[in-house]
Amino acid sequence: MLKMDVAARFGDFAIEAKLSCETTGIIALFGRSGAGKTSLINMLAGLTRPQRGRISVNGNVLFDSARGIDLPPESRRLGYVFQEGRLFPHMNVRNNLSYGYRRTPTAKPRVEFDQVVELLGLDRLLARRPGGLSGGEKQRVALGRALLANPRLLLMDEPLAALDQPRKEEVLPFIERLRDTLDIPIVYVSHSMAEIVRLADTLVLMSDGRVEAVGGVEDLTSRLDLRPLTGRYEAGAVVRAQVERHDDSFGLTELRFAGGVLRVPRVEAALGAELRLRIRARDVSLARERPQGLSILNILPCRVEAIGTEAGPQVDLRLDASGAALWARITRRSVVDLALAPGAPVFALIKAVAIDRTSLGRDAGANRFLAPASSRES
Amino acid sequence: MLSVSPLEMEAVRLSLWVAVWSVAVSLPLGVLTAWILARTRFPGHGLLNGLVHLPLVLPPVVVGYVLLVLLGRQGPLGRILFDWFGVTLPFTWQGAALAAGVMAFPLMVRAMRLSLEGVDRRLEAAARTLGARPPAVFMTVTLPLMAPGILAGIILAFARALGEFGATITFAANIPGETRTLPLALYSMIQTPGGEGPAFRLAILSVLISLGALIVSEALAHRLRARLAA
Repeated sequence: MLKMDVAARFGDFAIEAKLSCETTGIIALFGRSGAGKTSLINMLAGLTRPQRGRISVNGNVLFDSARGIDLPPESRRLGYVFQEGRLFPHMNVRNNLSYGYRRTPTAKPRVEFDQVVELLGLDRLLARRPGGLSGGEKQRVALGRALLANPRLLLMDEPLAALDQPRKEEVLPFIERLRDTLDIPIVYVSHSMAEIVRLADTLVLMSDGRVEAVGGVEDLTSRLDLRPLTGRYEAGAVVRAQVERHDDSFGLTELRFAGGVLRVPRVEAALGAELRLRIRARDVSLARERPQGLSILNILPCRVEAIGTEAGPQVDLRLDASGAALWARITRRSVVDLALAPGAPVFALIKAVAIDRTSLGRDAGANRFLAPASSRES
Repeated sequence: MLSVSPLEMEAVRLSLWVAVWSVAVSLPLGVLTAWILARTRFPGHGLLNGLVHLPLVLPPVVVGYVLLVLLGRQGPLGRILFDWFGVTLPFTWQGAALAAGVMAFPLMVRAMRLSLEGVDRRLEAAARTLGARPPAVFMTVTLPLMAPGILAGIILAFARALGEFGATITFAANIPGETRTLPLALYSMIQTPGGEGPAFRLAILSVLISLGALIVSEALAHRLRARLAA
């Protein structure tokens, strides 16, 4: 359990945050810049002192103003991956990596040096200095350095924000590997919903120094009242699905979720594997009757549940697809033309190619591992 | 004309000896003072800063005189040193080293403080999250990163100590083989009839030593900068 209840004031900016969540998988801290995400994670790490409050991780009290407890950062055993890497410029990669490893208090470290080097693909970089590394390589070394300090919790403060898209794509799979192979929970600060849907299990929404909501990624992203916080452009539903069938002749995979079957371009996952995928509102159109002669593969019967009240030419509608929440973004004019109202039966049209493959995320728990390539079923 | 006499050689050796000792002893003190000035704030901060920089603006003779008053046999500190430890500083080479060290101290501290202020404190924070206590952070991160400033401080202080004249002659006098360093020997030669030759040679030696120190420091600084290039 991660429990925080802290208050602090920095000039005009006040933080008053309270949160409590299980420490499994990746916990994402999401909010606009200036929402207090970094301040909160710095308090957790012990780099910023709250004026009052209490912080505990798995029962270990790190800070308690009432009892006068304030563990220094070096005693908290929380690994920290900073946005700018913060590698030591006067040491080579090997010495950067072993900086925390050498100082691990436990006799038996949970992760070994060679294991991390292999996991993050660092063997060719060991003798080099941080000055000569690319942005993506630097972040991989920073990841390894934090891991090797054998933390009970790994903190990542927008580790990809300083990288361009290709570099992001280079580092993301390594974070996924960390999540899937090591049993170290991660607190991941980000303002990119795409990254969060891909990586995280739990979502903590922050705004103006406050924690607005804590919950599963699917639950929070489908809530209309949180829409101003989760963002409009990236808005969409996150659904859990199971791989049901691979259709090799057309290179498709059928995924079963509560609302029916979705056909998506072939996914490299074993039959029965649990996946999480995001269907963006802007990729879903609506029809009152089941359309004929249409190239769109995914046509799901739904019921309109709620219609957004946002001003402007477009509106978001929440749909109920036999229990699963979906979102559709259509023009206000279509709402009127189709006479859509809560309760109206509709068909949601989702283009197969519109399902964002990069947003495929794995589930927490036993089913979260993708099958290795060799045991893939066809 | 160009052959160096044993007397002149002795002045050179003594100069280097005095300068090395003055730098070696003031080095840890200089790092500590730079750290206090750069990283801490307390009520007497401005006063300490002024005190450290005083030798830079005072006439050296005044510094030598103050040292003499404080550390002479009858001085408040000098009496304690002699009675308890049997140490006498005035008119000894240790005294010359002290005078040179005091005069060079502000230059050393300035260079170190400047480089310490340039050290990225976020790297120190990162080191602490990796399990290093503050003293370990200082030794493994702060000190290596301020190395160029420490080197610059050493070189500046060494050069200043080699050239020190006023405070030395006032506090330690001009005793051949004990406190007659290169500048003092040069001064004595100029005062002596027929001393033009030795004076000229001492001036050349002085130039050579300073030039050598500069070249070595430049080479070291270059290597350090290459090591730290981020």
